[in-house]
Amino acid sequence: MTLLDVKPGQRSRITGWSTPEPPERLLEFGLLPGTEVEIVRYAPFGDPIDLKVRGFHLSIRKSEAELLLVESI
Amino acid sequence: MENVNTGPQSSGDSRRRIALIGNPNVGKTTVFNILTGMRQKVGNYPGVTVERKVGSLSGTREIDVIDLPGSYSLSPKSLDERIAYDVLMGRLDGESAPDLVVCVVDASNLERNLYLVTQVIDLGLPVIVALNMTDAAEEAGLQIDVAELKEAIGVPVIPMVASKNEGIGKLKYQIRKDELPPPATRSWSIMPAVDVVLPALVEELDGIVAPEGRFIEALQCLTNDTMLDFWTERAPQFHQAVLATREKLDETKAPYRQAEIMGRYAWLSPLVSRITARKIDPSQRTRSDKIDAVLTHRIFGPMLFGLLLLLIFEAVFSWAEPAMDIIELGVVNLGIGVRTVFPASLATDLVVDGMITGVGNVAVFLPQILLLFFFLGLMEDTGYMARSAFIMDRLMSRVGLSGGSVVPLLSSFACAIPGIMAARTLANPRDRLITILVAPLMSCSARLPVYTLFIAAFLPTGTVLGLFSFQGIAMFSMYLLGTVMAFVAAFVLRRIVFKGESSFFAMELPPYRMPRFRQIFWRMIDRSKAFVVRAGKIIFGMSIVLWFLARFPATDADPGIEARRVAADQAREASRTELVETGMSETEAALAVDLSMADEYHSIEAAEAGHQIEHSFIGMLGHGLEPIMRPLGFDWKISAGIVSAFAAREVIISALATIYSVGDVDEDSPLLRDKLKADTYEDGSPVYTPLVAVSLLVFFVLALQCMSTLAIARRETNSLKWPAVMWLYMTGMAYLFSLVIYQGGMALGWG
Repeated sequence: MTLLDVKPGQRSRITGWSTPEPPERLLEFGLLPGTEVEIVRYAPFGDPIDLKVRGFHLSIRKSEAELLLVESI
Repeated sequence: MENVNTGPQSSGDSRRRIALIGNPNVGKTTVFNILTGMRQKVGNYPGVTVERKVGSLSGTREIDVIDLPGSYSLSPKSLDERIAYDVLMGRLDGESAPDLVVCVVDASNLERNLYLVTQVIDLGLPVIVALNMTDAAEEAGLQIDVAELKEAIGVPVIPMVASKNEGIGKLKYQIRKDELPPPATRSWSIMPAVDVVLPALVEELDGIVAPEGRFIEALQCLTNDTMLDFWTERAPQFHQAVLATREKLDETKAPYRQAEIMGRYAWLSPLVSRITARKIDPSQRTRSDKIDAVLTHRIFGPMLFGLLLLLIFEAVFSWAEPAMDIIELGVVNLGIGVRTVFPASLATDLVVDGMITGVGNVAVFLPQILLLFFFLGLMEDTGYMARSAFIMDRLMSRVGLSGGSVVPLLSSFACAIPGIMAARTLANPRDRLITILVAPLMSCSARLPVYTLFIAAFLPTGTVLGLFSFQGIAMFSMYLLGTVMAFVAAFVLRRIVFKGESSFFAMELPPYRMPRFRQIFWRMIDRSKAFVVRAGKIIFGMSIVLWFLARFPATDADPGIEARRVAADQAREASRTELVETGMSETEAALAVDLSMADEYHSIEAAEAGHQIEHSFIGMLGHGLEPIMRPLGFDWKISAGIVSAFAAREVIISALATIYSVGDVDEDSPLLRDKLKADTYEDGSPVYTPLVAVSLLVFFVLALQCMSTLAIARRETNSLKWPAVMWLYMTGMAYLFSLVIYQGGMALGWG
């Protein structure tokens, strides 16, 4: 499943990317396989999302979250 | 402020150069301010507008501290990061690599921050880690084993709380020590597929890059296209070697482009969990999380953002007004004062009508600019800026912009120049460029007087539904038209000019923080200085050029006006003699006569000025442009006014006032309004009809008539192409809209 399938407030673990060339900046922010992530909330108009990863808040668009494959924990 | 784009103080002297680097929002600027006191120089890096801050370590003269732009990584994604990397590599003109790098790290966010630290260590320079915000980490229940961290990364680590001045002494001591800490060696490992090919590439850099920088340069070039492009011509052999290596790696299907990131985190993650102990459950909500629950709430979030915008608008347009009035009054009085002291001459005219007016044209914007920069600084400093982008991104991305474009575009309602400068915060270069290109369409405050004059003079009074006045609606429509066209332009640019380029959005939402007014204040001053220096000198220069164009060639007096002057002189002499005969003293009589004749003389002088400007270069330009502008309903006088508006848009009002011989007046002057209304063509038809006024208003909404905006766009994009594109599309659009409005209106019989 992708990150978008996880409800806000539930934690999940990244298993990989569904694209061979994930955005480098997101990798640098630590969105790597094995990392725990949590959608904190969706922005008021539905996009982007507020993501908690490695102890900080990162905002990415849904189109990017969709590329993240995760498993629930 | 001076531009400090020269090289190091002097080659060969022993000044120690310290570079400060760190992620955004880690208190790096605070550290820099404390280290340097207020002895800083703010300038720009050559050719780009990334701020370059240098200061000497307080208490010394031999140590320079350089504040590098906030960076998440040394693989540059933005202009800021590129500059940081180039400085560290000693690649900027005339500057060698720093002697020591101080890496400022947010202790409450160790993992992501240490990523950058491992990259900096790989540069092979002496490094000190300033482990900042340890209080925030403690508050979040994190306990960091500093000794073990130091041991693991191999460089000194100094825990500190810069905002409370804790730990700064130790940092200073380390920086001043004669012996610098030895460079650490790389302790993370890279995937084998890449590890085996790197040594050959490193060797290719022999003699091109300093030995300690070769590893990271080779690694960067292997994984990053912009980094490799740098060498296309400078080191073709290396460039070829990298391309060949990439091809080989592609065959093996090794994800080599992610090798660096994965390798670093694979080493970092276990390290961080080993050296930090959590006393609080990480899922517990922090204070910042609780604030976010309100400020980014589905309903309250946008509402509060809207309220904040209203407040900023109110401040920029109402609070600033008294100050602007005072400045205007001061400029007028200064001019009068100069004229009283110095005899009437060309030089006096140049000083008063050229220079003082020029300074006034700049200074009058300052109150608005200061207030605007204050609010921008406040939003940035508290962390709210990122939230505003978070809230607005959805709406903005629909038209091809990003959430980060909101603030630059809103700033442009005051002035496009701070707006364009604010676009630097956009990490995505394409988003930034589109934002810059459409920002001048937002109606800036220089257009407001033009709107006021023409709406008040030519649009009907009266109300719709007894509630909204026509003129109010007209004013609002001007702002709306500009905003809508900015969105349309952004949409078109995104679809046509930048078609198919991939987009990404990744923005940190930093923890909320109490605003530090001292820092906000200095930032406001720095940025306003930048405005005065960059825009100011252009507005000032243009004002003088325009004075010259209006003053020359000097014409002979018009016989009609000359006759009036002779008649007035005679009348003056006659009544004076008469008064003296009635027993008044000479001086009293002269005073009384001068007083009664003042209006007549003023009117004659205004007529002379009007006659002069008609035959000046500006008048000629106006006449020359008339054939092109006639289809829009504009005569030579309006055309001349439009030419004058290139200094700053509101200058059209004083230009028209001169042309219409009403002397110095502002946009609220009934005199100028009446003159405009009364003006006719030779056939007796009025020059200004409501239709002409609408056409002119729309022209002012859309046309790019501001030299300073073009100059800033040139600097910020570092190209001539984009300002040219900007001018052409905006002015073309203005012409087209005005043409359609005027010709359409005429065809419908509204002339």
